[in-house]
Amino acid sequence: MVDALCQELILRKDEIPGSLQTIYFGGGTPSLLEAEELAQIFKTIDAHFEVSANPEITLEANPDDLTGAKLKMLAASRTNRLSIGVQSFFEEDLKLMNRAHNATEAVQCLELAKQYFDNISIDLIYGMPDMSDARWQKNLDKALALEIPHISSYALTVEPNTALQKFIEKGVVKPVDDAVAQRHFEILIERMQKAGFENYEFSNFGKPGYYSQNNTAYWTGKSYLGIGPSAHSYDGATRSWNINNNPKYIKAIQSGELPIERETLSMTDKYNEYVMTGLRTIWGISLIKIEESFGLKYKEYALQQAQKHIQAHLLFVDQDRILVTQKGKFLSDGLASDLFLINLS
Amino acid sequence: MKNIRNFCIIAHIDHGKSTLADRLLDATGSVTVREKQEQLLDSMDLERERGITIKSHAIQMNYMHNGEPYILNLIDTPGHVDFSYEVSRSIAACEGALLIVDAAQSIQAQTISNLYLALENDLEIIPVLNKVDLPSANPEEVTDDIVDLLGCNASDVIPASAKTGLGIQEILNAIIERIPAPKGVVDEPLQALIFDSVYNPFRGVETYFRVLNGEITKGQHIKFMATGKTYYADEVGTLNLKQTPKKVIKTGDVGYLITGIKEAKEVKVGDTITDAKNPTTNMIEGFEDVKPMVFAGIYPVDTEDYEDLRSSMEKLQLNDASLVFQPESSAALGFGFRCGFLGMLHLEIIQERLEREFDMTVITTVPNVSYQAYTIKDKETPILVNNPSDLPDPSGMDRVEEPFIKASIITKADFVGPVMSLCIEKRGQITNQTYLTPERVELNFDMPLAEIVFDFYDRLKTVSKGYASFDYAPIGMRASHLVKVDVLLNANVVDALSALLHKDNAYDIGKKMCEKLKELIPRQQFDIPIQAAIGAKIIARETVKALRKDVTAKCYGGDISRKRKLLEKQKKGKKRMRQVGNVEIPQEAFMAVLKLND
Repeated sequence: MVDALCQELILRKDEIPGSLQTIYFGGGTPSLLEAEELAQIFKTIDAHFEVSANPEITLEANPDDLTGAKLKMLAASRTNRLSIGVQSFFEEDLKLMNRAHNATEAVQCLELAKQYFDNISIDLIYGMPDMSDARWQKNLDKALALEIPHISSYALTVEPNTALQKFIEKGVVKPVDDAVAQRHFEILIERMQKAGFENYEFSNFGKPGYYSQNNTAYWTGKSYLGIGPSAHSYDGATRSWNINNNPKYIKAIQSGELPIERETLSMTDKYNEYVMTGLRTIWGISLIKIEESFGLKYKEYALQQAQKHIQAHLLFVDQDRILVTQKGKFLSDGLASDLFLINLS
Repeated sequence: MKNIRNFCIIAHIDHGKSTLADRLLDATGSVTVREKQEQLLDSMDLERERGITIKSHAIQMNYMHNGEPYILNLIDTPGHVDFSYEVSRSIAACEGALLIVDAAQSIQAQTISNLYLALENDLEIIPVLNKVDLPSANPEEVTDDIVDLLGCNASDVIPASAKTGLGIQEILNAIIERIPAPKGVVDEPLQALIFDSVYNPFRGVETYFRVLNGEITKGQHIKFMATGKTYYADEVGTLNLKQTPKKVIKTGDVGYLITGIKEAKEVKVGDTITDAKNPTTNMIEGFEDVKPMVFAGIYPVDTEDYEDLRSSMEKLQLNDASLVFQPESSAALGFGFRCGFLGMLHLEIIQERLEREFDMTVITTVPNVSYQAYTIKDKETPILVNNPSDLPDPSGMDRVEEPFIKASIITKADFVGPVMSLCIEKRGQITNQTYLTPERVELNFDMPLAEIVFDFYDRLKTVSKGYASFDYAPIGMRASHLVKVDVLLNANVVDALSALLHKDNAYDIGKKMCEKLKELIPRQQFDIPIQAAIGAKIIARETVKALRKDVTAKCYGGDISRKRKLLEKQKKGKKRMRQVGNVEIPQEAFMAVLKLND
């Protein structure tokens, strides 16, 4: 697999202009990579890409993978940021989500990781049917006590064809309640704000200087190259995604082919994506940028569509930007789609 | 003339009319194998899909019988009560009729009313017992039913199966031997009956006619008597599977006429064609201007599409003269049209054709019948109320009259109870109950037409487990205690949702309307109170609770494309909704009152 990844990097070396600002090892379990494998990947990147002076290099890991030896190895590599799938500091929640680690391991892992890394992000899940407001607060308190500088926090989403969905159908687990999720979200916002975190994207909270640069690039329309099975890429005009089947992926790369599908974005597609991602962020959507990138018609349309939500205090305008209010945050998909343009010739 | 036979087919829906017609075309060699397509006569997509005939059709067959050539003109008739006038004109163009009765289901209400029409026009009736091959067929009993109804002999009934071809030869023989040849005078001035017209975008309106007296020749200067307009007969011909131009269409025969007419409404079904210089003095009896029975507003979903809708409606009217419309405006929906339809099926057809043929997304409002209101000041002059908002202020109103119909329902004896309760619930008064056979009962009710409009057919089907057939005829206006029920969304009256209801039903229906709207209106970013009111008095209330969470947790590099497409789909759905005040209302909500019992 690592050979195939390196081969793909070479095949696509010219797809991304300029120097790499961030490198992100994510999806699946990149923490399984051995030191030599990581080195091989970095070597390939260095040989074929220009890397900026001080790149953010993140690796995703689960607490049970992060042993002392592993952390030591990662710290010795060029990795400078960890994103750890803690999910919760409570046994009940971890069981419900079918995680491999337990609550004690989560804390131990973070304490250890802090010895090697300063820039650490953890994932926390809220809105579990049985999670009391108090337990959610305690979860946040633990994270804050550990002085983690970045938290990605997601409302529990029941995906189709998962064990959780089956349990809910069978009545073993209570169904997700939007009212609970909304309450937890309010607690989250309040706690994080108090602790000096910025809610710079709907699900992401960072202390100043600790925003995920890699993820911010997704929300601000920057180009990115995704390597590996089912990885997505964007070059400013075209979105593409690799086949999501490991053996087929490896076989194609070995024969020198890219197992990829592409989709070229129209002006309207790009506008819609800008609205959709922008409204989730602290930067909102810029009317000046819309006019410059898409034209006056788009800007007028966006403003006109936003009116009723501005009146309802779900959106607000700050200088040239349209942003989601605190009240609007939990409804931002619907707000975005209201600003979408469909079939404008 | 003596070798011409003009006949139509009378049958209930699904009793096999179109299949049998296809068999006749087959047997007379009127169709080549290549042209074969199931149910040849139903040419509109909608007709094929629904298995019903909407337009009349005509087809000419050439057939050798005992060494002599015969011309058989089959005039196919619409199979729905909405089009009963068209049926009556088709019947008037014939000397005979095949009465097709399903050997399992026996005679239905629709069949009886059309049969009476045929008998009034002195048509020779050939009873055909169809589908005798079905395992559920009950030929002896159904033959008895037919004998009872017609007063004929059992031996006159031809057992047949349009599916297997059984009896087709006997039917052809009977057409020639039993149906009289047309009686007309060749030397008299032209007198031809228009029984249908078809719009052809390239050739203009094609008029279908039957010559009663005289003849019509290519190039003849002719006159339509009801409209008084004159034309030149650019082309005349017979209606074989394809049109065959001819120099002349003679007395007794059926044909088509092309005059360059561009609008269907110039060609009125039932009108008389005569010679412009030497006109007949006798206009054919029975002509009526089509009168719409059901009215509804049609509005574009996007207000900017109003002009497009107008031009689409005008194009539809070109080929459907029974559609009438005039501009109206609604506080909730903006500019649109109040349209008159022959009935609910006609309304559905127009709505579907607008969507399919013209790509228009429209909102149809709650249909209503045409009421007449009288004020205290003037108790004699009716004010026409085709829209609930036209109703005068109750304080100055003397009375409102609504159209009543005589309903005829034929059902099995087992279902008399449930059918009666339904009709009484629908404000019906029973006027007659006749046992046609020990098993089959005909019930007659006087009922308000408005009650038929609201979900009557579906309910009748349900309470009778499908064993009831229904037909009606208008019997004039009667005074009723009607009130206007308004619907408020988020405290604003949505005029397009108002309905005129009988006082006794208003509370119940108002409550059901609120419940139905609650089901149909999607949750939005705020609570939406739904209220039903009579004047200032609120009679029912429901609330669509605000959406709490509408945001996906993750939106990273791999999620963007999929998520954009998902939100685009949502946006498309919203674009099909109409924003009234700040509430988004889906199209189907405007018709909610029709589906209260679903």
